[in-house]
Amino acid sequence: MFPQKSYSIFSLGDAAITIDFGNIINEKINDYVLDLFHAFQQRPFSGMVDLIPAYSSLSIYYDPVKLRKSISHSETAFEYIKKEVVKFIEKFSWEKPLPAKVMKIPVCYDEYYATDLSRIAEIKNLEKQEIVHLHYGQTYRVYMIGFLPGFPYLGTLDEKIAMPRKPEPQMVKAGSVAIAGRQTGIYPLESPGGWHIIGKTPLKIFDANRESPSLLSAGDVVEFYPIDKNEFLNLSL
Amino acid sequence: MSLRIVKAGVLDSIQDRGRYGWQYLGINPAGTMDSFSASIANILVGNNPDEATIELHFPASIFLFERPALVAISGADFSATINGEPVPASHAFMVNKNSVLQFQEPTKGARAYLAVKGGFLADTWLGSVSTNLKAGMGGYQGRGLRKNDQVFFREDLKYSTILSQKEYMILPWKADLNWNSKTEYANELFIIPGHEWDWLINESKNNFLNTSLTITQQSDRMGYRLNNIPLRTLTNEEIVSSAVSFGTVQLLPGGRLIILMADHQTTGGYPRIAHIISAHLPGAAQMKTGDSIRFKMTDSKTAEGLLIKQQQHLLQLQSACKFRLEEYLNS
Repeated sequence: MFPQKSYSIFSLGDAAITIDFGNIINEKINDYVLDLFHAFQQRPFSGMVDLIPAYSSLSIYYDPVKLRKSISHSETAFEYIKKEVVKFIEKFSWEKPLPAKVMKIPVCYDEYYATDLSRIAEIKNLEKQEIVHLHYGQTYRVYMIGFLPGFPYLGTLDEKIAMPRKPEPQMVKAGSVAIAGRQTGIYPLESPGGWHIIGKTPLKIFDANRESPSLLSAGDVVEFYPIDKNEFLNLSL
Repeated sequence: MSLRIVKAGVLDSIQDRGRYGWQYLGINPAGTMDSFSASIANILVGNNPDEATIELHFPASIFLFERPALVAISGADFSATINGEPVPASHAFMVNKNSVLQFQEPTKGARAYLAVKGGFLADTWLGSVSTNLKAGMGGYQGRGLRKNDQVFFREDLKYSTILSQKEYMILPWKADLNWNSKTEYANELFIIPGHEWDWLINESKNNFLNTSLTITQQSDRMGYRLNNIPLRTLTNEEIVSSAVSFGTVQLLPGGRLIILMADHQTTGGYPRIAHIISAHLPGAAQMKTGDSIRFKMTDSKTAEGLLIKQQQHLLQLQSACKFRLEEYLNS
């Protein structure tokens, strides 16, 4: 039984296809995306190369040359995949999502790390402490991992502290906790970034040498809790 | 069994075809920018076309061979010399130990690929030896090659006696690089429409397809930034982040265009105007700052047809080279 009737399928170049459930951030839709992602991950078809689940879409990379060898000559690999994906979705038995894994993540909101906190306070006309409370006072869903290795896109941030992205990206340190729009995220590596920094976690969000390099996966639930600078340093050891 | 870096280049890294299957964790595939040229270099030395090569940018490293090797360079022409004497492009050659490989000047293209028979011994991470510069993993300690690095070969060259006392020897056949008999403008890149192509107003679509665009200085393995042209969209709707791919042409605010290349991030939130077809990515990878390009719209059918043609050319070349190489080495 397919609960979300409206979707579109389009090409993402000549070696990938996107199944799109609409330009929307919605928990249910993200559940469908992840359900479909897991199904393809467990039962990859011949010629499938990679999968990228996002907020409301799943993209499938494929090898067009390999596929063209096994399909009818009158068909392109794109037409073939599109047809197969539609068949797959129509037959797909949607499952209730498994209970989410809850991750508790310590964050030091000290201005030593929270380099954009006072500017946000000024713009939003809020106390810094209010912003911090609004940030850790709720749970978040990991909608997707993208942009950088292990970077989690978390939603949904309180509207009161929603900020547009910075006009120009700046260098951001690994572990920085940041906000943009109705989203919050954690920079796993040092990188240029356009989000506003409101804290830092001592946890390794991405560790290439770990068996599972990314601490978080799409579908997880994140709870932030505040720590002071001393606790931060102790946890960093 | 090794290659020593005597002097480091600007960015020389070990790359295979890329690390697929991990983009759901934000791990980008990396891999060769120009997989066609990397395949040619491998084929010339009798390797599997997908074997890891060293991708060179100019100025490239100076290499010292500490063991004899069968070598080939393809892609960009950086005027390679062995012990100061020029060696032709698209040929395999055997070098004796203590020979120095150096690159004098860039005359064509942006990236050259160095292959040795048997391949390089490199760090595997998540199923690939491609260097992921962001994560600092794969290839040679997850980074570009530096002075005094020693890259080991996976096997010793069995045929080095052919060299006898010679410093090097050029094998007498040349790889045919011309995979497409229909000549096209070298700077013409075929595209297929992106999902947000129709966001462009008609005038902007024409502008995009009929303007010669220039690759600006902010261009690297992650992406090429093109000069600004006036492009207007029907909507300024924000797009929730979703997947992008190698060759995606994104439209940034203010009419800025970016072509995503091999080290692109996995997802993005800018309108995807177009995608360069896979068969033309090797050509795109050989373009450099200041080069001009033109986009030409095509369809999936043509795109797939050209990719198949390119693959067939490589397969033919592979069997021809294999035959000649065996004949030569065993004579």
